[in-house]
Amino acid sequence: MSRDITIVGGGVAGLSVARAVTDRGANVRVIDRAAGLGPHACSWWAGGMLAPFCEGETAEEPVVRLGQEAADWWQAKTGAVTHNGSLVVAHGRDQSDLRRFARRTTDFETVRGDDIATLEPDLGTRFQNGLFFPSEAHLAPRAALAALREGLERDGVTFELAEVDPHDIDGTVVDCRGFAARGDIPHLRGVKGEMAVLRCPDVTLSRPVRLLHPRIPLYIVPRGDGIFMLGATMIESSETKHVTARSLLELLSAAYAINPAFGEAEVIEIGVDARPAFADNMPRIGRRGHVITANGLYRHGFLLAPALARMVAAYIFDEQSPEVFDEHYS
Amino acid sequence: MRDFYGTTLANGFMLGTAQYPSPAILADAFTQSGAAVATVSLRRESGADRAGQDFWAMIRDLGVHILPNTAGCHSVKEAVTTAHMAREVFGTKWIKLEVIGEEDTLQPDVFGLVEAARILSEDGFQVFPYTTEDLVVADRLLNAGCEVLMPWGAPIGTGLGLNNPYGLRAMRAHFPDVPLVIDAGIGLPSQAAQAMEMGFDAVLLNTAVAKAGDPVAMARAFAMAIEAGTLAATADPMEPRDMAAPSTPVIGKAFLS
Repeated sequence: MSRDITIVGGGVAGLSVARAVTDRGANVRVIDRAAGLGPHACSWWAGGMLAPFCEGETAEEPVVRLGQEAADWWQAKTGAVTHNGSLVVAHGRDQSDLRRFARRTTDFETVRGDDIATLEPDLGTRFQNGLFFPSEAHLAPRAALAALREGLERDGVTFELAEVDPHDIDGTVVDCRGFAARGDIPHLRGVKGEMAVLRCPDVTLSRPVRLLHPRIPLYIVPRGDGIFMLGATMIESSETKHVTARSLLELLSAAYAINPAFGEAEVIEIGVDARPAFADNMPRIGRRGHVITANGLYRHGFLLAPALARMVAAYIFDEQSPEVFDEHYS
Repeated sequence: MRDFYGTTLANGFMLGTAQYPSPAILADAFTQSGAAVATVSLRRESGADRAGQDFWAMIRDLGVHILPNTAGCHSVKEAVTTAHMAREVFGTKWIKLEVIGEEDTLQPDVFGLVEAARILSEDGFQVFPYTTEDLVVADRLLNAGCEVLMPWGAPIGTGLGLNNPYGLRAMRAHFPDVPLVIDAGIGLPSQAAQAMEMGFDAVLLNTAVAKAGDPVAMARAFAMAIEAGTLAATADPMEPRDMAAPSTPVIGKAFLS
């Protein structure tokens, strides 16, 4: 007889946990407050960069280590991963930021103007120095989540539409509600992010490009077919409704700096949400009664969900205490 | 030690709260540094519906004096609005007043600064104006109601240290009784020590700690440097001289040549 597990929340955390426990043989149902994938989930707005080494610039060590599981996992479960590395560039006046980024990260090659033009012809020789992280990857979040869900449905996982309190559900429950669980999980905070999607058939990029800037970390991720995702602001705020003109201005200026042809791009989407995060910006697995919580993926949803899901499964099936166990929440 | 609008601080370390890798590291940096004041910038979008309250609550929990600022404001009106929002959110009359006049150097618009300082002072705020080392502007700010001045060391975020030591020394000498805080441009603990040795009452910095590879260690390094500089300033430093002066007595030494 296999084990029944209910997962509350159908974003990147919930679906990844569903995949991991289904692979361990569980009977799984996923309950979400909306039917299907959509803008209610923070992961809907994600960049989809699988860039553990770049994140090492500011993130704690486990993010770099655990994040290295992500590209293979997503490839195996969805087949939606592009393995083209990622590129970090800075304007001439911000070279000190590039040097600092290089000191704090590993697994990159230093590239000059000509190398950059070879990697990304549409950047030309606009940037004289950059860092190329060849082993990093990216994916299109919405396509990846759709593929993940499809696979789960194929394997018999059921999806229910309801807004529920995880503690009202019997049996083994995993609470993957993200920021919506804020009232139940102490110290969970929101970090606001704003993004835009552009259509610009004149520009081709093969990999995510990060543009270093003293104040704002900006990146542009190619989605294929002339579509680009532009992200993302990081604001200590749980507000999830308004995109400010200033944020949009900063995002669009970055795109324009990467290639002036983006000036002619069509803005097809503008998005905003709050990332669920704990004080150290690290994810946590916790337990209260029969409810296991997996939350706090911060800006590392697609990067850390595979490792988080693996740990939840090991916790349930092997009683193995997770590396990111939250001792304060029980 | 000179007081800041009637408040005596335990030390001359004012530390910013922006750009840390995480709030947990920010909190550690404060604990390790013992900084007496935390500056915090208020984005108007977060203030409007209190959406930034999780972060603000964390800043309040640091248990130090809070100096909200109007960072990123480019006009008098913006700065005044932000100051009012900050007073409501943090329940303090203190406001670090920033009116930015130039995008590349982020240097203050001193004309707007004086105007905003007057408006806010008349409204009961205790204003800490981010200014240059210009003595005439400093005088206008005092006339506008400021009782503290915050001259820059170098442009915000550059880490270049005290760019104009002559101008800063002149300012210290010209306003012996006004609390003066070096704000912006500090990159290294030695520069903070230098400011304190010159007789400044405090230094305010953010990037040098937040963007260090180990912010917690750097916060501690700054705390030690500021303590050293403060102590040195009160210890009546020696005067430099052109010729060597032996530190061991010459009298009594064998006369051989």
